[in-house]
Amino acid sequence: MNIVVCIKQVPDTETQIKIASDNKSIVTDDIKWVMNPYDEFGVEEALRLKEKFGGEVTVVGLGPKRVTESLRTALAMGADKAVLITDDALEGSDSLAVAKALAAAIKDLEYDLIFTGQRGVDDDMGVAGASLAELLGIPHVALAVKVEVAEDGKSVKVHRPVEGQTLVIESGLPVLITAQKGLNEPRYASLPGIMKAKKKPLDEKSLSDLGLDSAQFGQEGRKVKVLELTPPPERAAGKIVEGETPQEKAAELARLLHEEAKVI
Amino acid sequence: MAKEKLFKGGEFLITDALPEEIFTPEDFTSEQKMIAQSAEEFGQGELDTRWEELGVLDPDLIKSLLKKAADLDFLGAEMPEIYGGAGLDKVSSSLITEHLSRGTSGFFVSYGVQTGIGSLPLVLFGSPEQKKKYLPKLASAEMIGAYALTEPQHGSDALGAETTAVLSEDGKYYVLNGQKQFISNAGFADLFITYAQVDGTQFTSFIVERQWEGVSVDAEEEKMGVHGSSTRAVIFKDVKVPVENVLGEVGRGHVVALNTLNIGRYKLGAGTVGGAKLLIAEAVKYAKGRIQFGKPICEFGLIKHKIAEMVIRTYVNESMVYRTARLLDLALEGIDPTSEEAGKKTGEALRKYALECSINKVFGSEMLDFVADECVQIMGGYGYIKGNPVETAYRDSRINRIWEGTNEINRLLIVDLLMRAGLKGELPLLDTIKKLTEELLTFRPSMETAEGVLEEERKMVSMAKKIALLSAGASVQKYMQKLAGEQEIVALIADMIIEIFAMESALLRALKKLQKEGEEKARIHVAATRAYINDAFPKVDLMARQVFAAISEGEELRTQLMGLRKLARYTPINAIALRREIAESIVPVARYHLTRI
Repeated sequence: MNIVVCIKQVPDTETQIKIASDNKSIVTDDIKWVMNPYDEFGVEEALRLKEKFGGEVTVVGLGPKRVTESLRTALAMGADKAVLITDDALEGSDSLAVAKALAAAIKDLEYDLIFTGQRGVDDDMGVAGASLAELLGIPHVALAVKVEVAEDGKSVKVHRPVEGQTLVIESGLPVLITAQKGLNEPRYASLPGIMKAKKKPLDEKSLSDLGLDSAQFGQEGRKVKVLELTPPPERAAGKIVEGETPQEKAAELARLLHEEAKVI
Repeated sequence: MAKEKLFKGGEFLITDALPEEIFTPEDFTSEQKMIAQSAEEFGQGELDTRWEELGVLDPDLIKSLLKKAADLDFLGAEMPEIYGGAGLDKVSSSLITEHLSRGTSGFFVSYGVQTGIGSLPLVLFGSPEQKKKYLPKLASAEMIGAYALTEPQHGSDALGAETTAVLSEDGKYYVLNGQKQFISNAGFADLFITYAQVDGTQFTSFIVERQWEGVSVDAEEEKMGVHGSSTRAVIFKDVKVPVENVLGEVGRGHVVALNTLNIGRYKLGAGTVGGAKLLIAEAVKYAKGRIQFGKPICEFGLIKHKIAEMVIRTYVNESMVYRTARLLDLALEGIDPTSEEAGKKTGEALRKYALECSINKVFGSEMLDFVADECVQIMGGYGYIKGNPVETAYRDSRINRIWEGTNEINRLLIVDLLMRAGLKGELPLLDTIKKLTEELLTFRPSMETAEGVLEEERKMVSMAKKIALLSAGASVQKYMQKLAGEQEIVALIADMIIEIFAMESALLRALKKLQKEGEEKARIHVAATRAYINDAFPKVDLMARQVFAAISEGEELRTQLMGLRKLARYTPINAIALRREIAESIVPVARYHLTRI
């Protein structure tokens, strides 16, 4: 069973985000970059399936050279090879453009399954996975918390939580599955894994290597444009409800909820 | 790999190294960073989440976590590959130690023993058979190790142990009798590296299995801190130890003991860096959220001062630890880990840096105590309440100044090692001091401030070395072989040496960063270095004056102090502004930010 996992590199979730002076992007200096946590679930699931069915796991990343670090992390966890799509023209691309580049890199690979995270924790768009499936002409099942590949390796059942219930979707292969939290507990990279990782193949591809026209990428090629980034409003100070007795306080609270907050 | 220089042990005191000649945390390779990340993720995922459970002794939990760490090869990181280890370099293994030394005593004590003093004696001095038999089991956590050196009547004076070993008539085994005290891991250890006197005088190391007849442990000690760890007395009553389980040679136990402690000391320094970084994050997060007088307390000068000082000392300690780690790696280069002599050669190579190892131990343990103390202070009453990890850290930290050789013993050792290196001709110490004394007669300090970032500090570190060497030289001249009896003077000299290594490690690191990445990126490194040296330099001067005042009087003392005054000239800088700058840089990110992994 050959599996492809797409990896995005995102700012560490603990990063304090600062908006850049153009009001459309963030300051990237001093950001600690990590593998998108949802993609990490995808890597783990792929490795578990490989352990069961054999085959190879290929991780595909896109972005500047620093993305190599996240790909190496996936290799250290146990993936077999990596592809990095890197090209200055990609800077500022939207999700659809990213999906196009990924599709171009993946279409010639042999695969039975593709995993992506259900969304990137940076922009929260959540469309790259579905777009990629569409471009490759394969089915797509989103938000998987459990993936059961049939013993014969020909179909898959995917569990998705819906309003306290579980929806089980069956699909033939190949299929693209987007990983949701709860799918698994990703492993830590072991020391032998880390040492082996540097010897594993990591191919770099530019847009022209993939036969793509760079005009369709970057800021110019965007179908979706960012108009403005604004920080969340600062939380207003809390208010202590005054009153001599609990009854007085309760009455004052009710008045405030009714007249000021207007929720009751 | 980089082209750092292999300096001799203690050479930093007589040579001014260039920034490119030492290793700094900015030089971590991508593989080393990945190893650090993996250890950090393990720490966050497996240890931080079990903070409460690991705060009370639970051997099953400890063993299961050691097993998990073993599965990632963390336990065998420093063991040779042929014995189930990963055969990693010291920089990498120090990164693992740093990131696994978190506020969870149930793990870090056991892990520290297992990978340090509990297995290193075997790595360094075990025969191929002993290594083959025990190391893979220690690497996989199938066996838990312990190090049983201390006795009820012999702590610092460990080589005077009273435990006896008597060879059986058939020459096949030794019979051990005695008691060991305060043994970490004892409650669930399977293997003890221990020591006993053969024929009453021949101090010898032995490998003893817990399951053997006559080996027993006493009740758990109730300790001030590290409550998640096991500490018990170990009793040997007519234990038959096969002669194959003598570790090293009969009568050479001191070599095993001292080399093991040596590395243990330096590793302790790596652990304190990890502990301090976590406490800094806690302190800053609290200070940002605690509102007093209408604003977060992180905006007040005295809190900024505390935060900055925590960061500065952690930065200095970190610079020292990884500089030392790389030095050890360079010293070990060329030793074939599969050869029979590998252990012995490793021990010999590492012993040459015992001075640096002791410095790391003393500085690291006192740094962490300081950081924990200030962290409690920033939190005020909340920091004093049980259930706050900071309260635990404060008590846990205290043991570091005691175990692996008290800081007092280590201070004496630092000077002793230096003197020996001088006497043996390994370091041209006497020549350097002689030349310095002559130079001083005609030396005229420059009245101008050096131009360029950190140039003044570079000069101060260089001067501090001269001051320390003159004090040491005058003390040796006065007391000759009896210097060791003047412990107070020896400790003052040791403290000067420690400060010099600390100042210089910070200085060279900041200079290297400055050269590679420019002034803006190196801004906080430079500020931390300047603030530290600005405080440490006059301390060195004061210590020298204390030494001279103790050993000389009258005209001689006046001359000495005059010479000292020429070397100790410096212009204080605005360290208050520097500390504010440092604190303000860390508050937004709320974690130690001078190293990127």
